[in-house]
Amino acid sequence: MKLTLHIWRQKSARDKGKFEEHLVDDVSPDMSFLEMLDVLNESLIHQGKEPFAYDHDCREGICGACSLTINGTPHGPEAATTTCQLHMRKFKNGDSIFIEPFRARAFPIIKDLVVDRSAFDRIIQVGGFISVGTNQPQDANALPVSKLKAELAMDAAACIGCGACAAACPNGASMLFVAAKVSQFALLPQGQPERKKRVVAMVEQMEKEGFGGCTNFYECEAVCPKQVSVRFIAMMNRDFLGATLTKE
Amino acid sequence: MNLDSKVPSGNIKEKWDKHRFEMKLINPANKRKYKIIVVGTGLAGASATASFGELGYQVETFTYNDSARRAHSIAAQGGINAAKNYPNDADSIWRLFYDTVKGGDFRSREANVYRLAQVSNNIIDQCVGQGVPFAREYGGLLDNRSFGGAQVSRTFYARGQTGQQLLLGAYSALMRQVGAKTVTLHTRKEMMDIVIINGQCRGIITRDLITGKIESHTADAVCLATGGYGNVFFLSTNAQACNVTATYRAYKKGAVFANPCYTQIHPTCIPVSGDHQSKLTLMSESLRNDGRIWVPKNKDDKRPPNQIPEEERDYYLERKYPSFGNLSPRDISSRAAKEVCDDGRGVSSTGYGVYLDFADAINRLGKNVIEERYGNLFEMYERIIGEDPYKTPMMIYPASHYTMGGLWVDYNLMSTIPGLHVLGEANFSDHGANRLGASALMQGLADGYFVIPYTIGHYLASNKFEKVSADHVEFRKAESDTNDKINKMISINGKKTPTQFHRELGKVMWEFVGMGRNEAGLKKALEKIPPIREEFWQNLTVTGEPGDFNIVLEKALRVADFLEFAEVLVWDALERDESCGAHFREEHQYPDGEAMRDDGKFCHVAAWEYQGVGNKPTRHIEPLEFHDVHLAVRSYK
Ligand SMILES: Cc1cc2nc3c(=O)[nH]c(=O)nc-3n(C[C@H](O)[C@H](O)[C@H](O)COP(=O)(O)OP(=O)(O)OC[C@H]3O[C@@H](n4cnc5c(N)ncnc54)[C@H](O)[C@@H]3O)c2cc1C
Ligand code: FES
Repeated sequence: MKLTLHIWRQKSARDKGKFEEHLVDDVSPDMSFLEMLDVLNESLIHQGKEPFAYDHDCREGICGACSLTINGTPHGPEAATTTCQLHMRKFKNGDSIFIEPFRARAFPIIKDLVVDRSAFDRIIQVGGFISVGTNQPQDANALPVSKLKAELAMDAAACIGCGACAAACPNGASMLFVAAKVSQFALLPQGQPERKKRVVAMVEQMEKEGFGGCTNFYECEAVCPKQVSVRFIAMMNRDFLGATLTKE
Repeated sequence: MNLDSKVPSGNIKEKWDKHRFEMKLINPANKRKYKIIVVGTGLAGASATASFGELGYQVETFTYNDSARRAHSIAAQGGINAAKNYPNDADSIWRLFYDTVKGGDFRSREANVYRLAQVSNNIIDQCVGQGVPFAREYGGLLDNRSFGGAQVSRTFYARGQTGQQLLLGAYSALMRQVGAKTVTLHTRKEMMDIVIINGQCRGIITRDLITGKIESHTADAVCLATGGYGNVFFLSTNAQACNVTATYRAYKKGAVFANPCYTQIHPTCIPVSGDHQSKLTLMSESLRNDGRIWVPKNKDDKRPPNQIPEEERDYYLERKYPSFGNLSPRDISSRAAKEVCDDGRGVSSTGYGVYLDFADAINRLGKNVIEERYGNLFEMYERIIGEDPYKTPMMIYPASHYTMGGLWVDYNLMSTIPGLHVLGEANFSDHGANRLGASALMQGLADGYFVIPYTIGHYLASNKFEKVSADHVEFRKAESDTNDKINKMISINGKKTPTQFHRELGKVMWEFVGMGRNEAGLKKALEKIPPIREEFWQNLTVTGEPGDFNIVLEKALRVADFLEFAEVLVWDALERDESCGAHFREEHQYPDGEAMRDDGKFCHVAAWEYQGVGNKPTRHIEPLEFHDVHLAVRSYK
């Protein structure tokens, strides 16, 4: 396959970026999207040019590192698929592909396609945990959890923290990310003691980080590679309202 | 060198309790006077760091990833073992201990393994307390499954994402401590070296991956939880960034490296599709319960699988190992696949693949049953290969997966350098010559939550620490060594990329030091590696600036260490003139292909001491004694 790539080039956070055009031929349909970029990068190095920097690690859709916006969609055209799992057979010979970083106010660009998503870590730091120290818990089977709730908690916990939700949202909101964590714990008995405190702290931090507010576009759910449901946002909103009303 | 394991005396069941009682304590108010550095935020590193923070130490932790949550542990799928015996199938701490020693083919340290089995139950309690959504039964209690050939159901799991959920649990505990300011977290910083002052490990040198800045960090003790070295084979199931640098640099500073030749190859991975290949994806071994493995009987039979008649297919595992068939152990299945491919009968575009066929199972059980059992795996396969495994047989091939070898540590998880501790896959301690499924997650969390928080206190309380600052000559020297190395790489201006050298090394390692090893092949590898390394230092190209976000330099630094480390691995494989566990020397096998140990000569740990690049390192041994499990032929018949 032959493709025309338009890839975002930006030297550093301070510089202005722009698209750079590269023609690639010899793209095998069996390549993953990132392997296609690897091949381009190798040829750039051979020409003495700097390759494009992008984040990636596991290459199996679980670490949440890869983060490209492909033709305007975070993680590209295939539903429920991270960039690293996307394969070139989903594209056609002669296609033009635009490749950009995940864009959101709270994700400043570091270089080329690499963004800073440490805002997510800071949201977790203020409450995305259950306060239990090493060796403190009781026997694992002491508190039964209904299978249904455990499964639902797992649906929420499947979030890989990639940030596609914020990148897709017209408001740059990260409600789906925060709601997934809040709901996972709200669904489990272990999460109850800190339930109200947690949701308030995490939502406040989210606003401090510069993420926008949710106005129900649901773009987040559409791009989420793990198909985390917007129902969790409703669940979190209920908890948040309840917590602020009771002022606990 | 005397490798003193420091295993406490007494009955194996009481050693750990006794040791915990005998270890010195630091009074709670004094803990904040000590600083500990932890490198790595995987299961081992995150759990250790969170526990240290809770205890009140000052902690600094480092990862090259952009977030602590992205460590390679996140990718583990299958599950984690514990001796809870919830299913009431006669499991016990003793049985888990026994299975692990036997699984490791009697090449691990009994006392460590017993302790691992002992604390396994606390791990499950801990994770549930953190909100890890393990699978449950309708009654609301935890579900277990049997895994990796165990005869009991002792594996806890969270769908196919157990590693993710356990790591997110440890990560949340770690983040809580970062929020509480007991822990300082450094992301996108890669450790380049350790620093030793007056015989004690007193800190590390890092490179900031965004600015390229080389920095010194001081501490009273250092823990490396930096994972395994499976990427020495270039292609593996490991994440892209996994590398040997941290442990290898410690080795160059005097820590001995134990059993580097114990590397595990996993039989069911998606095969290579071409030179562009960057990683190999693991497909759960459970597929072998219903799939039949075969290749064409005739060489160069290029017909599509569905057109090859039954009588022209070779179901080689069923033929060679009639009693176990498609469920033969990992190492036997892997080697058998290599054999038929080397014989020219492999499938897939490269000739290195075998079929895993579900047609019979679909006929027998119906498509819906197969879909229920393996639906998500079939989907993953189709995404990568673009073929529907319900209609066309899957193709699989073995791949490098896990490394049992690592820095030598004593019972306290301390290396031969005082103050340098090693946790998780990075150490050698518990799995012997072969790791059982669902035991790596267990070991990482055991080390981090339940062993090191106690043993490090003993080390700190038993030693005196001179005040050192980052201006100390040893730090300055280590910084300038690192800078020199980087400048040298940048100045070569050659023609080959770091990835090209890595691929070349991987080819040699896979061919001669992969699934089957023999004396001639290993000697050939020892001839082939040095020229690759020499060319690297003459013909490498690194674009960009050292003081910048530079992905080529990052990779070059990692590959440089693999190029040196690979030789240590080969030396170990050559000198261990026996087969054991995953280390298979073709010269030593039973007629059925099982590994033939030589307990008379090799019932020991081999730990290698650095003697300069390209020189043969010195081999030291720690004899292994088995008092509680009797040495026997590992047989799964
Ligand atoms: C695909 C796959 C599936 C698996 N499934 C299972 C399973 O089902 N059950 C099981 O028990 N085991 C499984 N394993 C094995 C298991 O996942 C690993 O052995 C284990 O998670 C290793 O944990 P760790 O904490 O030791 O290291 P890792 O998770 O590898 O973490 C290493 C950490 O060190 C950091 N690091 C490394 N070097 C440096 C440096 N120089 N500077 C700074 N930071 C550094 C990294 O950033 C990372 O944070 C699987 C492995 C793979 C590859
Ligand atoms: S690289 Fe890990 S999710 Fe894509």
